[in-house]
Amino acid sequence: MAYSEKVLDHYEKPRNVGNLDKNDSSVGTGMVGAPACGDVMRLQIKVGDDGIIEDAKFKTYGCGSAIASSSLLTEWVKGKTLEEASAIKNTEIAEELALPPVKIHCSVLAEAAVKSAIEDYSKKQKA
Amino acid sequence: MNLPIYFDYSATTPVDPRVAEKMMQYLTPQGHFGNPASRSHKFGWDAEKAIDEARNNVAALINADPKEIVWTSGATESDNLAIKGIAHFYQKKGKHIITSMTEHKAVLDTCRQLEREGFEISYLNPQANGLIDLKELEATIRDDTILVSLMHVNNEIGVITDIATIGEMTRSHKVFFHVDAAQSAGKVPIDLAMMKVDLMSFSAHKIYGPKGIGALYVRRKPRVRIESQMHGGGHERGMRSGTLATHQIAGMGEAFRIAKEEMSIENKRIEKLRNRMLAGLQDIEEMYINGDMKQRIAGNLNISFNLVEGESLMMALKDLAVSSGSACTSASLEPSYVLRAIGRNDELAHSSLRFTLGRFTTEEEIDYAIPLIRSNIERLRDLSPLWEMYKEGVDLNSIQWDSH
Repeated sequence: MAYSEKVLDHYEKPRNVGNLDKNDSSVGTGMVGAPACGDVMRLQIKVGDDGIIEDAKFKTYGCGSAIASSSLLTEWVKGKTLEEASAIKNTEIAEELALPPVKIHCSVLAEAAVKSAIEDYSKKQKA
Repeated sequence: MNLPIYFDYSATTPVDPRVAEKMMQYLTPQGHFGNPASRSHKFGWDAEKAIDEARNNVAALINADPKEIVWTSGATESDNLAIKGIAHFYQKKGKHIITSMTEHKAVLDTCRQLEREGFEISYLNPQANGLIDLKELEATIRDDTILVSLMHVNNEIGVITDIATIGEMTRSHKVFFHVDAAQSAGKVPIDLAMMKVDLMSFSAHKIYGPKGIGALYVRRKPRVRIESQMHGGGHERGMRSGTLATHQIAGMGEAFRIAKEEMSIENKRIEKLRNRMLAGLQDIEEMYINGDMKQRIAGNLNISFNLVEGESLMMALKDLAVSSGSACTSASLEPSYVLRAIGRNDELAHSSLRFTLGRFTTEEEIDYAIPLIRSNIERLRDLSPLWEMYKEGVDLNSIQWDSH
């Protein structure tokens, strides 16, 4: 299978790899996928007092397209409000990375990761 | 050294230049282009002579009678012809066939077709080392069993089935024994005068011959009969009609001749290279070798690097042509059924790479590959949340995964 240039770029130079303190109340963590399926994504967001995502980090176990999808996502969510970030659609990710049909699930997983991270953050705020 | 480096000799091999040279003698107007079935002129006789020579060479490698060799288009056709051929010819005797879960799809899908036709198939589950438990095999043989079909060498993990012992067993139970030898011919000694194998499938392109040509060995004493699948001019004693592809057959014959001559030296050289590669990788944390390491062909190394996904690793190793058991590399999105059958969990199956070395592999290539593999595993593990959790002592099985 041939990869698009954008997938290769994110795969070779992944952006924002790493961790944020998961116990920090301004950090939301989302982990989606399963090792048995060959994909696990962990996305973390740090939200400022103004409600804007000021930092994002990821780690991904999965194929090149999964790594690229999560790497791209960390770039996209930064500077967005939670509302804007949760509006990101998997189709936009798939389109940006020119994912072939068999790799669409990678973008679906990435969309789920953002939603999961936002949910985690919101829970912490209510607590 | 040229990049990418070819480490996928079990998928196919390049044609040996000596073989290509031979093949070119049977194509052009200046060559022996005749139809080997033409009995009335020199063109036909010359082509027939080439076929005979090739048949002798193939038979010589496996110590068989040349009359027992039937040309086919490859091992897939040979497997189909052997299994369906026996099933259809002997179905009045019984409709039970035994095979294993780790066979090539050419055998498994043929068996599935026979199931649709009313045959019953038993699929043996191999042990953790990839080998069949002989006691279990014997216990599975019934009065209505007509055929046991097992591969000699597994294409993914390279383990060698003890076909000599199984041949004794099947013969004593009066059951036919078919062996897919696509991955073993030229790599493992085969002596069909000694081994009680009734049918054996071969392919040329796995041992430096051309693609599109293979053979089926059909034993004459005691006689094995098969129903033909391809009807026509009655070629190959009626078992497989169709004009013989002289250049392909001459190429296969030459490949088998070279294999007989060079196999023992070549195996030693390849094994040394394989062991060099293993030595360069074996201290990597959380790495698992798939399949028995002793009862295994020289050129195969199948390793799971736990917590690294196989396809992303292959992507990183773009200078190395290897294959993976990862689901992401298969059309079905299922990880390797062979690794699953030997008890590897999905994670390890997703994390596997198969390196297969061969005639043109060099020490320089091995030495180039080792640090490349090591550094990329490290890089991908740094990127893996699973690796981080593993290092923190989290039991990955204790987590409620949200699977999609």
